[in-house]
Amino acid sequence: MDLIVQGIKQAFFLITTLDAEVLGITLLSLKISGTATLISLLIGVSTGTVVALTRFPGRKFVVSLINTGMGLPPVVVGLFVTIFLWRNGPLGFLEILYTPTAIIVAQTVIATPIVTGISLAAMQQLPQNLRLQILALGANRLQMIWMLIREARLPLLAAVMAGFGGVISEVGASIMVGGNIKGYSRVLTTATVMETSRGNFDIAIALSIILLLLAYLITLILTQIQQRERPR
Amino acid sequence: MRPVILRTEGLAVKRGGYEVLNLPALSVANGEFLSLIGPNGTGKSTLLLAMACLVKPFRGQMFFHDRKIRDNQSIIDYRRHIAMVFQEPLLFDTTVYDNVASGLKIRGVGKKERQPIVEACLERFGIRHLAGRSACKLSGGEAQRTSLARAFATRPDIIFLDEPFSALDPPTREGLMADLDSILKETKTTALMATHDQAEALRLSDRIAVMNEGRIIQIGCASEVMNHPTNEFVASFVGVETILNGTVTEYHRGTILINVAGQVIEAVGDVLPDVGVTCCIRPEHISLARETAARVTSARNTIPGTITSIQNMGPLYKVQLNCGFELVAYITSSSLEELALKVGDCIVATFKAAAVHIIRTHPQAFSSESEKPQEFT
Amino acid sequence: MKKRCNLSLMIAVIMAVGLIVTAATIVFAAPAKQKNLILATTTSTQDSGLLDVLIPIFEKQTGYFVKTIAVGSGQAMAMGQKGEADVLLVHSPEAEAKFMAEGNGKNRQLVMHNDFVIVGPADDPVTVKATKSVKEGFKKISIGSALFLSRGDNSGTHAKEKAIWKAAEINPEGQNWYQQTGLGMGQTLNVAAEKKAYTLADRGTYLALKKNLGLVILSEGDPLLLNVYHVIEVNAVKWPKVNAPGAKAFVDFMVSEKTQKIIGTFGVDKFGSPLFFPDAGKKVEDLGK
Repeated sequence: MDLIVQGIKQAFFLITTLDAEVLGITLLSLKISGTATLISLLIGVSTGTVVALTRFPGRKFVVSLINTGMGLPPVVVGLFVTIFLWRNGPLGFLEILYTPTAIIVAQTVIATPIVTGISLAAMQQLPQNLRLQILALGANRLQMIWMLIREARLPLLAAVMAGFGGVISEVGASIMVGGNIKGYSRVLTTATVMETSRGNFDIAIALSIILLLLAYLITLILTQIQQRERPR
Repeated sequence: MRPVILRTEGLAVKRGGYEVLNLPALSVANGEFLSLIGPNGTGKSTLLLAMACLVKPFRGQMFFHDRKIRDNQSIIDYRRHIAMVFQEPLLFDTTVYDNVASGLKIRGVGKKERQPIVEACLERFGIRHLAGRSACKLSGGEAQRTSLARAFATRPDIIFLDEPFSALDPPTREGLMADLDSILKETKTTALMATHDQAEALRLSDRIAVMNEGRIIQIGCASEVMNHPTNEFVASFVGVETILNGTVTEYHRGTILINVAGQVIEAVGDVLPDVGVTCCIRPEHISLARETAARVTSARNTIPGTITSIQNMGPLYKVQLNCGFELVAYITSSSLEELALKVGDCIVATFKAAAVHIIRTHPQAFSSESEKPQEFT
Repeated sequence: MKKRCNLSLMIAVIMAVGLIVTAATIVFAAPAKQKNLILATTTSTQDSGLLDVLIPIFEKQTGYFVKTIAVGSGQAMAMGQKGEADVLLVHSPEAEAKFMAEGNGKNRQLVMHNDFVIVGPADDPVTVKATKSVKEGFKKISIGSALFLSRGDNSGTHAKEKAIWKAAEINPEGQNWYQQTGLGMGQTLNVAAEKKAYTLADRGTYLALKKNLGLVILSEGDPLLLNVYHVIEVNAVKWPKVNAPGAKAFVDFMVSEKTQKIIGTFGVDKFGSPLFFPDAGKKVEDLGK
């Protein structure tokens, strides 16, 4: 129990003194997970919208793939991305294994199905005739898609939060493809694992608290945006 | 003769491989109100969507102000001159004001320019006090008013309405219909409306088109369709309850006598004797009277019969008579009370010769009352 | 109309920004290719903290950017076998011999050694403390009244442990007192502390965690317990993508006098005695004497 107290003290100390290493790790976590979430947002919302609104042969199969992808084990993604990015692997020429970029790639692969699946559901539950109504108001296709996305903004923002939550807390793939290199590809989650395996529980708890605080702050901001525009 | 604002040729729409709409030709005059009536699933909504260019037709062309609508750009241009209101209000998750402004926003009208137009629309539709309210918090009537205000804010040339009042309760429906009627007259906007309520159609329309299975069976002005249906289907749909088959026995200068199951009916028409006819009589054109009073009437037809059923239809009562053939009459509740009618009473049905409308003639005479022509399909 | 243009423009700008951010991350993330050196080593080596001292010095000296990938010895050598690492720092002599024999590495140099110890609960239920040799100690443990935890992960520690069992002619596999954690050294020690079990640990990791554990050293000093570290260059002839000059530079660095001195003093201020003993240039058979 006093280990946790120790950990909280340690966390407080590290935050208030702006400990350089911890600050670096935190900023890196934000940068990596933020970028991955942004990319998965762009791909996920557009794919989810397209699949929701169009009919094409094999659509049911694609939808089931997306839904399966939501539950894709991150460590499996990490393994496959590693194999692809190995020097002698198919994408080895990119030379991005053991770099933050590789972590972004792996996290994007993890987050995209989540964002896509929830976006798909969000767009599908809009009334069927809404699309026609928007077109009848004279909108072109781009305006129509933007207006539909605005109508579904609550669940779409939930999709972004789900995607972000999934990757900021991810550790298996991040270690495998990033290498957990000090000052370079070490993020909050991978550092926590390392400190735990070394037995430095107080530091591990401190890092966990910082990670929770970070995740909470970001989600708080997104929730504010989500709930902002509701008129009385 | 008003100019034609919208015209289609050879329009057909397929869904799932089946043809759900087949329209060889339809012209809509500028400023007219055309209603589409018909049973559910007959393609009324599809027709509206096709005419609004919201559904891609399998073949056919459309001309707006005599200019062909050909490519995507012209479709969008066309849509900017129309508006559509659906059965559900389909409002956006924002304020009433923003909803009404949305059509203008789409067209790139600036905030300052939008304001007077939106406020005028809100005022006209009686929802000014709701401007700041969230669209999710409106009653059914308020929401549909907002939808209409939104449609009119863009000053459309044509407005398409797909059963706009069917989800509303009668008093709300009444109020909204009255408002719509006056606004359409003010703005001289062309309107196409699909409805399954004939009262609505009669109240608002210049012309009525009766549809079945993706085709227009009959189109014409209200009185023509209601009183002169071209076949049994139309007849029964527009509320003609009495359809009879008989043989012409005499013809004399525009008047004919028809033998229906032993009774003689006088009608207006040009049909030679010994020809079979199918004719119909609207129930509200048939009056009922006791034997004695029946003599004092200018109606040419007085047919005795026995009442087989009396049904309460709300404002009217539906009385079915057996006169050797079935006759259906509508009478008011006060008439019912005055005549003290009961099932089984002997009563006399009277109607004018002009009330009998001949739907069609048959090459051979009917040998008996039980021989009926093919049902129209 | 202008509103419509603004909307499409806005979306295009957002996507462009997103792509630029991504591209920038990729471009600026990895330093120049020829400067990268992938060092595959073991978790216990990294956990000791020695590399946190040595690597920055090496990087400053040579300008290489070292990517230290800490996995078990088994995985490190597997990476070498596939040419996915440039240089290895491992401590699993039998596996290393096989590695070299298969022509996967070259220039294998002895760097340092430390030793393993048997640690266990303070009350020592099977009286390992009284034994004279590590083989005896293991025999005592195999009686089975107390648990023994193995790392079970093909690491150097695991390989050493298996070698001792073999020497003691005992097969612990499948016995109910023998459990395999599959975890790193630090975590295995924590589990052993929780379960009051015996385990084989390298002295360095044990000393680093000692104060929180409640386990004590019960057997040490036996020559079998020597833990010898070698540095190996991965064969660039077999794998052309290997950074051969970088690997050579690293090996030279590890056996250089200055580095060896640093190794010899590492840990003294924290634990009172050094965690590693520098051995460059010596023969393996001479160690521990």
